[in-house]
Amino acid sequence: MGTPISACPACDAAPLAEAQAGKGYRGNGAEGQRVLLSLPQIYCAACISGVERSLASQDGVRSARVNLTLKRATVETDPGVEAQTLADYLTGIGFEAYELDPGQLTSTATDKQGKDLLMRLGVAGFAMMNVMLLSVAVWSGATDATRDLFHWISAAIAIPTIGFSSQVFFRSAWSALRVGRLNMDVPISLAILLALGMSIYETMHSGEHAYFDAALSLTFFLLAGRYLDYRTRAVARSAAEELAALEVPRAARVIPGQADEQVAVSDLSPGDIVRVVPGARVPVDGIVVSGESELDRSLLTGESLPVAAAADSIVSAGEVNLTGPLTVRVTAAGRDSSLHRMADLVAIAETARNRYTSLADKAAAVYAPVVHLLALAAFLFWLWFSGDWRMAMNIAVATLIITCPCALGLAVPAVTTAASGRLFKQGMLLKSATAMERLAEVDHVVFDKTGTLTEGKPALDALSNHKDRDVQVALALAEGSSHPLAQSLTHAARAAGFQPAEVTQVREVPGRGVEGQWQGKTVRLGRAEWLGANSVGQTATYLAVSGARPVAFTFTDALRPGVVEAITALKAKGMGVTLISGDVPAAVADIAGRVGISEWQADTLPEDKAEYVARLGNAGKKVLMVGDGLNDTAALAAAHVSISPASALEAARVVSDIVLLGKSMEPLAAAIDLSKAATRRIKENFAIAAGYNAIAIPIALIGLATPLAAALAMSTSSVTVSLNALRLRKG
Amino acid sequence: MNVLVYLIPASLLLGGLGLAAFFWTLKSEQYEDPEGDSHRILSDRWDDAPPEE
Repeated sequence: MGTPISACPACDAAPLAEAQAGKGYRGNGAEGQRVLLSLPQIYCAACISGVERSLASQDGVRSARVNLTLKRATVETDPGVEAQTLADYLTGIGFEAYELDPGQLTSTATDKQGKDLLMRLGVAGFAMMNVMLLSVAVWSGATDATRDLFHWISAAIAIPTIGFSSQVFFRSAWSALRVGRLNMDVPISLAILLALGMSIYETMHSGEHAYFDAALSLTFFLLAGRYLDYRTRAVARSAAEELAALEVPRAARVIPGQADEQVAVSDLSPGDIVRVVPGARVPVDGIVVSGESELDRSLLTGESLPVAAAADSIVSAGEVNLTGPLTVRVTAAGRDSSLHRMADLVAIAETARNRYTSLADKAAAVYAPVVHLLALAAFLFWLWFSGDWRMAMNIAVATLIITCPCALGLAVPAVTTAASGRLFKQGMLLKSATAMERLAEVDHVVFDKTGTLTEGKPALDALSNHKDRDVQVALALAEGSSHPLAQSLTHAARAAGFQPAEVTQVREVPGRGVEGQWQGKTVRLGRAEWLGANSVGQTATYLAVSGARPVAFTFTDALRPGVVEAITALKAKGMGVTLISGDVPAAVADIAGRVGISEWQADTLPEDKAEYVARLGNAGKKVLMVGDGLNDTAALAAAHVSISPASALEAARVVSDIVLLGKSMEPLAAAIDLSKAATRRIKENFAIAAGYNAIAIPIALIGLATPLAAALAMSTSSVTVSLNALRLRKG
Repeated sequence: MNVLVYLIPASLLLGGLGLAAFFWTLKSEQYEDPEGDSHRILSDRWDDAPPEE
């Protein structure tokens, strides 16, 4: 028997790890801690046991459990075990792993709500099946005492079930009524309560028709819709939380005379001194105490050129330190920092958007009054016609039940579940319930530049414009620095086959560049001001060989993959496309030309962006805003619908309706198509429900409806609506 | 029709058992990871003996 070739190379390492694991470690008695790891790559059975066994073989690990649905591992460890160590270990043996901040994950709270809904659904299902069995006996001809007995048993099952399972609708209906509004739950609650009340009355008076089964199946189908809706949102929310939890907010606090201490950003207070190493994000607002460096502010302002920072410079949370280590005195941290204040601004803008009325609410606004008036009219007519109020009431209730609000209740969630599942597969995460409907209405798209259309990473322009000797010297110097421009230069020169020149005594001058000795001359690579060169007004680094004129190596921001395809597709749909950026005009014009956008604005402040979007909105346009920076958040919130890439700042992701998980922008156009298809399905579903009603209502009004007819109408319409929604998953 | 005296309580009891089982699965978090569970069935890790508690 040969060993099958594994599709998951790391899994092969698992048995080895297990051999080391021994009997399994049960802890040393001390209070343990819980560590969460994100495992984005796992997908197979072997991966699960591989990860669990490997983790269990580690010192201090008590137990490990993988959740494949969430692609996450929960590890119980002894106190003091670093999550980062476990993540590095897993990554080392081939399972990509990242530490998650448990504080950002509220999944336990949401799980409770999901379980609660599921339990109500289960109870309703149990009760519905039992009552349906008894009802079949009644429909097939049980009479007199037997029928009454069956009705009584049904009542005994239905009354507590409705009291438990239908609470969801009663509460929601009551909260809508209290503020004088009508939502879908009002007619639902009324139908359930009237059906139940009338059935009890009929049972007490040995009546022929009882609608216990209808009241219960109504509850069951509607709860199923409610649960689907909840699942869709819970999956999106947990993925969004995970994105946030991936950035564990830590800072290195400087304690005089001791090693730096790693603390959570939330534990910092003004006056603390923190150290920010090159490549790290500045965790707080503050003032530089010592050190020289350059800061990348593109996420905050959209500027693509780094800014110099030295003692007394003011820095803001969210900037990225590029070259030298900085020590920063904290002026504001956590909730008070500029990052969080921006989030408050956004909260105000968001309430404006919440006024959007979803299709379901619009349908309810039409449906509820029509059905109630019809039922009332039927009651009054039959009361006047026959004088028998019991019969009139029967007909009115049958009308209410048979108009099957359950198809309406399923019409939207069934579609959004199917569509957001497909969007998720394409790498788009739907965060808001109504985002799909709003996306379908979009007719104008506004893009941010840095980090949205571009990757936010500079790429070196044509090497062939430079003398080989210059490139070799520059390469030698650039290899001594971790500055993004230097790294990009190294990458490009190595890729073109260049070898570094013999440069000695290479040292990095923080905030300025790199310096060294070459053939007895001092050579420098760095900022224009440092070398006395004239700036070329574009992202560039300069090379100076003493005695010679400095040479500029220019860089252009690389386009995000799929951008050109997406914009071409959007334009083909006849949508307006605008580029709006905080960067300098030359850089914006260049990118606009490369992606084919003719309408662009540069040098915009965050407020200008928001105002521009709002002005388009006032002119009747439905604007889709795509952006990633802090300077985009207000505009993202002001737009009709907004999208941000996964690389965006958390503040920007929070206000966006949709997060782009992959790197490519290409799914954008397809997502708009899908949302249009989904909206069409929702409308079709409403039409199907209306079609059933067109047949069922006259039957009910003339008094021919029976509980059997009601059950049939309800089930067939619910099933047709769900099947129609499932069509979205294909093609 | 006397048979109903046994049959109705019996059917309710059986249904109730099913409901109780459903509550138990819910309480013991068996719907947390449907994707993983469908894969775990293929794992031979605990084939010989269940994990010690």
